[in-house]
Parts: sequence; C-alpha cells; structure tokens
Amino acid sequence: MATQPFDVVVVGTGPGGYVAAIRCAQLGLSVATVEDDRPGGVCLNWGCIPTKALLRNAEVVGLFNRAKEFGITVGEWKADYSQAVQRSRRVADRMAKGVEFLFRKNKITLLLGRGTLKSARVVEVAGKDGATTLEAKRAVILATGSEPKSLPGVTIDEKRVVSSTGAVTNEGRPGSLIVIGAGAVGIEFADVYAAYGVAVTVLEALPRVLPIEDEEVSTQIARLFSRRDIAIRTGVKVKSVTPGSEGVSVEVEAEGKIETLKADQVLMAVGRAARTRGLGLEALGVATERGFVTVSATMETSVKGVYSIGDMAGHQLLAHKAMAEGVVAAEAIAGQSPRPVDYGNVPSCTYCHPQVASIGLTEAAARAGGREIAVGKFPFTASGKAVAQGETEGFVKVVADKATGEILGAHIVGPEATELIHEFAVGRTLEATLDEIIHTMHAHPTLSEAAFEATLAALGHPIHI
Amino acid sequence: MITKVFMPKLSDAMETGKVIKWLKKEGDAVKGGDLLVEVETDKANVEIEAFGAGILRKIVVGEGGTVPVGEMIGVIADPTEDISSMAAAKPATSAPAAGAPAPAAKPAPASAAAPAAASGPLPAMESYQSVPATTAVVPLAPAAAAAPAPAFAASAPVGGRVKASPLARKIAGQTGVDLRLIQGTGPGGRIIRRDVEAAQATPRPAAVPAGAPPPAGAPRPTAVPARPQFVIPPRPEAEFEDVAMSPMRAAIAKRMPMSKAPVPHFYVTSEVAMDEAWALREQLNSLDGQPKISVTDMVIKAVSLALIKNPGINAQLNGQVIRVYHRAHIGIAVALDQGLITPVLRDCDAKPLARIAVESRDLADRARGGKLRAQEMSGATFSISNLGMYDVEEFSAIINPPEGAILAVGSVLQKPVAEDGELRVGRRMKMTISCDHRVMDGAMGARFLQDVKRLLEEPLRLLV
Repeated sequence: MATQPFDVVVVGTGPGGYVAAIRCAQLGLSVATVEDDRPGGVCLNWGCIPTKALLRNAEVVGLFNRAKEFGITVGEWKADYSQAVQRSRRVADRMAKGVEFLFRKNKITLLLGRGTLKSARVVEVAGKDGATTLEAKRAVILATGSEPKSLPGVTIDEKRVVSSTGAVTNEGRPGSLIVIGAGAVGIEFADVYAAYGVAVTVLEALPRVLPIEDEEVSTQIARLFSRRDIAIRTGVKVKSVTPGSEGVSVEVEAEGKIETLKADQVLMAVGRAARTRGLGLEALGVATERGFVTVSATMETSVKGVYSIGDMAGHQLLAHKAMAEGVVAAEAIAGQSPRPVDYGNVPSCTYCHPQVASIGLTEAAARAGGREIAVGKFPFTASGKAVAQGETEGFVKVVADKATGEILGAHIVGPEATELIHEFAVGRTLEATLDEIIHTMHAHPTLSEAAFEATLAALGHPIHI
Repeated sequence: MITKVFMPKLSDAMETGKVIKWLKKEGDAVKGGDLLVEVETDKANVEIEAFGAGILRKIVVGEGGTVPVGEMIGVIADPTEDISSMAAAKPATSAPAAGAPAPAAKPAPASAAAPAAASGPLPAMESYQSVPATTAVVPLAPAAAAAPAPAFAASAPVGGRVKASPLARKIAGQTGVDLRLIQGTGPGGRIIRRDVEAAQATPRPAAVPAGAPPPAGAPRPTAVPARPQFVIPPRPEAEFEDVAMSPMRAAIAKRMPMSKAPVPHFYVTSEVAMDEAWALREQLNSLDGQPKISVTDMVIKAVSLALIKNPGINAQLNGQVIRVYHRAHIGIAVALDQGLITPVLRDCDAKPLARIAVESRDLADRARGGKLRAQEMSGATFSISNLGMYDVEEFSAIINPPEGAILAVGSVLQKPVAEDGELRVGRRMKMTISCDHRVMDGAMGARFLQDVKRLLEEPLRLLV
C-alpha cells in the first residue's frame, strides 16, 4: 500500500491530540490523526465528560432530597442509575461527534487503528481493514494518553474490581463500594454512587483526601462527605484485594492493625500510567522517565521531529494541560515561538459536591517556600448569593506573598468552585496582585464576591466577615 | 499643549545644526518617541525623537535649513491649539521656504505659549522639551471643540508607557529597579517578574559626575598650519591598549546613557556661605567621644530636611505617575578605583547628624571594601555626589535613574567676599542640582537649593 504523506501525523485524538491537530490545520499544515478507540480519547468518552454528566445527575438527586427545604412537595420519585449512565453516554457520544465534526471542518484525516512509529517520519496504522503507512513530512505528535493503574497484585477485572473506565459505563450499581484512592477520580465516583444510595467507603494511603489540595480543603471535603455517610478512611494501607463470589474482601492496615473490609465492588482510583506500549518508542530511542516521555519546552522528545503531549508526557494528567501542550507543539512545528506551558499555573478541579478547585501553591507549600505569606479566607455562608442559592458549604482561600501581594495560590470549596478559580488563573497569568483583584469591581450578588472578599481578607480588611 | 521643537544641542561643540529631513509632514500625528526630524551636526546625522504629543502643526525650518542650536524649528500642538504666535519665529539663517503657514487659526491674544524655554542658554538635553501651554490657550478654541480628538491625548506620557505586570511594578518599587531600563521578556515585550528579578541580580552602578564641557566658544582650527619638522623618537610601548571593562565600568557605561538620553536634565547652581557650618563642624569635632562630622554629612542632613520640605524634588517618574517620596533615602556617590558606587543611607531626614556621620562613614568604608549588602545599593530617593575633596569648585552630575535629581557638591573654598561694602575672606561652597525636567521645574529646584542653603548657613538647624 502506498504511503500517504502529511505534514503532521497525530497519534491519539484525546484532548491533547485533537487540539494539536486542529491547531496544526489552522496553521496551514496537512494533518492525519490516528485513533484506536473513539475520537475524543478518555476525556470525552470515558473520563471528564461522562463523569460530569453523572455528577450532575447526583446533584439533581441531591436537590430532590432537599425539595422540602425549598417548599416543594415531591410525590413518589425514583432515581434510576442506569438512566443516569445512559444520559452520560449520550453526552459523551455527542461530544465525540463534535470532535469528528471539527476534524471535517479543518480537513483533518482520521484513521481508525493502532499507530506505531516505524521511524521518526513514518507511522504505521494497523486498522480493521488492513494497514496504512503514513509519512509525516514535518513531525509526529504522540498523544496516546494514559490508562488506570492498579495496586501490585490486584487485577482489574472490571466486574468486582473496576477502574474508572469500567465504572463509567456500568449501568448497574453495587450495593456497597470501596473506593481505593481519594484523589479527584475516587472522590467524584464516591460522590455519584453515594448520591444513588450506594454505601461507599473511601480508602486513602495518605493522611488526607484530595492529598494534592490545600489541607483545609481536604478537611472540609472529608467532613462534608462524612456527613453524607460516606466512610472516609485515611492513612490506610491496602494489603490485598480478593474478589469472591459474594463480593470483594479488602485487607487493610491502619495504625498497625490489620482489618478486612467487604463490599460488593472495589473501584481502583490509585492513579494513571502513561500509555506508551506498542508505540515503537524503545526502538526509536525516545527517552522516558518513570514511564513518562521526556519532552522539551516545545514538547519535542529526544528524537527530533517526534513530539509528545498530554498524559503520556507527564506533569499533571489533566485534559486542559494536554490541550495547552497540543497548542504549543503545533505552533512549534509550524515554526512559531509559542510560550511554553506554565505547569505552575494549571487549575486543578474536582467536581464533587461541593466542588473543589485550586491553582498555584497550597498554604503549606507557600510557607515551605520560605516567604512571608498572607492568607485570606471567606466562607460561602457569608455570601448572599450562596445563601440565596442554598449552597453555603465551603470557602475561598487566597494565599499571597505578604510583601508584594503576589497571588501564590487560591483554593476554593463550594458552589461553582471550578468556574470561580479562573479569576485567580487569569490574575496569576497577568501577574496581578491582590490589589488588582480588590480594585476590580465584583458584581453583587455573585459567588465571585467570595473570591473578592477572600482577597480583601488576605489584605486584612474584609467587609462582610 | 504646545511643544516647540528646537534645534537640539547634540554635542558640546555643536553650535548650529542643519535640518536634513523631516520624518513627519505638517498635519501628521506625532507622539512621544516618534522619530521626527533628521538633523546634521558637525559629527553625524541624528534622528530626533519627539517629546510632545499632538499634530506637527508647523515646520518652521525646512529641509536644508541651518539654524543655531536652540532655534525653534517646528511646532507640535493639538489640532485646536492656537499657534499663530509661533508664526513669528525667527527664520533660519539659510532656510529655504518653510512649509505652508499653519492652518488658519484665530490669533489668540493670550497665547504667549512658551516664552520660558526659548531664551537663554540651552543645556544639552533641555533643548528639546515640551512646554506647557498657558491656561489661556486651551479655552480659546471653542469653535474647534467639535473636532475629533486625536487618538492620543496631549497628556500622553513623555517617553511612552512602560509595559509591566502589576507584580513586576511592585517588586521594582520595593527594590528600586528602574523599569525603564529593563527589557521585558513577557508577551509583547511586557516586563514580568523574572525580568525585574534578573535586573536586581545585576549590581546597580552609581551616578557619574558629568565631565566639565570644554568652553563652548573654543575656536577649532580649520586648516593645518605649517609646522617645523619634528621627528618623534620610536617609543617602546604600544600605541594603545584595550583594557577590558570591569563589570562595574560596563554597568556604568550601559546605564548612564540611559539616564542622560531619555531624562531631560536641567541644572541649578547655588553658592552657600559655609563659614557658620565650618565653625560648627570644628566645634563638634573637638568634642570628645563624638563621631567626626564631615561636610558631606552636613550636606546630607540639610538635603534630607529640604527634601521633606520640598517633596516635589524627592520624586521620580514611575510609569504614568510621579512617585513622591516622604522619606529621604540618600544615595552617596563613593569613588572606587574601578568606578563608583552609590550606597544608600536610609531615612536621613529622621536620623541625627551624628548618626548620619557614623553610618555614612561605615557605608563608604564598606563600599570601598566591596562589602555592601544588596539592599544598601538601591532604593535612594535622591543622590549626592561630593567631589569637594578633589578641589573641584563646581560640577554637574548625571541623574541616577529612577531618581529624579542629584546634587553635585564642590569644595569649600576660601574666597574674597563683599559684605556690607567691605571685603573679607569667607568660606564658600557651590552646589549644582541636576533635575529630571519631566518631574520637576527650575523654580522647584531653585527653592529646594534655597532651603539647603539656608540650612547650611544656619547650621544649628541641622542639630535640632
């Protein structure tokens, strides 16, 4: 079969790959993309998007439970989990179709099959209908993402022991669930299943849930989850996971004592590993570090002309980071001088209820940096909009450099936290200081006022607390 | 605002200049920093930047015209401004016909727009400055009020805006880094935090006293006269050697043109009767157990008190605003073998003279020993350079940006003084302040000097 030439070949069409492909096309390059699953990658199909649909369902269930509070009498009602999953599939399908539409619009070729690098310029695609050889005249962009990890000796069978990928499409729900890992994925699934009446236990080896977040955020989420009867066990080491016919036994060690927990199902949420097997990286000599591909500031690997973006290239395994890297790679390939990705300014979001969002340094990290800092905190209980909305759990916390007012970090638990965080993201990009935030008028009443007040609090003069 | 464009004095020896080419036409919009006109001097052709903003309303000296330094060669003004009084400008000595007369505008009786800077000797960098219009001019053009305003207001800052992030501005403000001297590496050349931090890492050189210019009227030989044959015996040493610049010399070389070129300096000199101060100093220094007080210490104290009284001098241009300081942090120029450095003595307004004496000596000693701390090398609000110990009667110094002014102090000399019709011998000291004309004006500098002079002439005021 003849070799098809393109300027750029993108392997993987997740948020990193499809954004890179579109940006390349915008810059006048001819682009082929290779996908061995569905366009849109884990994010659109099995991750971010369908879980957000499930979490919205969980939120609606939560509102039904609170109907009385709003003076609404609800007759008999039923929350059907299988329909929630079906809805999430429709959402995912629609978004994945959106990617295909964008490819057509930008005249990007999509090949279904598994891509392997034969050289720095040749990608072989093994599809259902045979093999195709693609020539990349300018560059290859690898964007094959990541896959769920497990614990040593624990096999994910997607029945008794499931990964997020298995859980997201499973229309049935267990009566009880043990979530291993209290990062964003574990906490989000715990939220969804608990809303649908599953008895959920969350196990975390580190001393707190959402361990990368600010300590006060972890404390708040642990407290709110406990109030929802979600069992939170931190500082717990999982010794073994044994599926049986009745369910799964999880042997744990906590404070020196061994204990066995039982549940219908175990969800493994202990992190993700780069998906690089079978790509031909070793043969080509592409350098990796602890499983992740090593890249330059323009996302180029150790092999000239081969770029790598997204989860497989390390740093935060987040879709928005992958997208930003995709743009950098595309612009570098097109001969521009893109601004490198600022890995210190990547928003982190967990879409549980209430939501969690953060950017920059935690208070502890800022203190460890040796600078004198100022911390301001504002609770949503003091926000008129939050009270009116009946969503008063959480706070906005701002960590700033005392001398300059530099915004070192912002941490939000509460309604729309994942939207509110961007005020601080923009501020940090522009190197705004606390002064610029407080001299920006914030509409009243809004949740954003909490960000404004937390900033005032960092300067020592909040108005509303 | 009306800005007269003068033939600039581009070198010490320059007496006349020729307009080679106008880079803007009459009617063109001009803003600060635009290249306006190309001028030929005795040494080179130089493109001159505009200081004022507005419309190039009138070209007074056309291309090819030669005029003396300081002669008006054009007028920049708002479109509505009455510049008819400018039409009377003296024609160039050999100017071809200048451009068409200014657009018809009603003569304004009160538009004596800018008499101040047009007369008198012109210091090098003052020859080309904007002159504010009298207030009478502005309201006189009601008819033109409906005319569209130019995109850039006349209030546009001279020299252009410094693009810098708020954080960069704050750090610069706290560390005394001058944003105007930094190349930004952010988007669109914006100065961001790392640029300021990088600039902080580079030591700050000190103000350099300006070299005394050769007499302006010194005749230059026009032809080589016949001379007797004279054979120079061969000399062993090379004709010249290239000496590597010390980092400090390189920094001074880089920094000083950044002051002298963009900062329009003006100078005010005053003579102080130092008899009382001298006597007081001898008295103080005869006291046991008291630190020795120098003339510089007394000047520092006097300057600091005068700065608090004249905050307009204790000020500097900071982007679009004038930052006025309420503390007197005095930079003291200290000569070193390889250059000079200006350590900063903080809060001199609040420190007693004896304390200033102790601290200034300590700073100077450590400056010579290369043992200054970083924070002692920045943050001055005003600097003093004293060359009195070199028997210098007077000199003028280059402002050390971002500061707005510097005081150059000469020796205390014994001189014949006429007083009450009698001649006697008195001690006199001359001091010259160099001021950033963007921030302050001549009268302010003069009032400040008057206060310094009074304090030194009644030196007990330095002790209370």
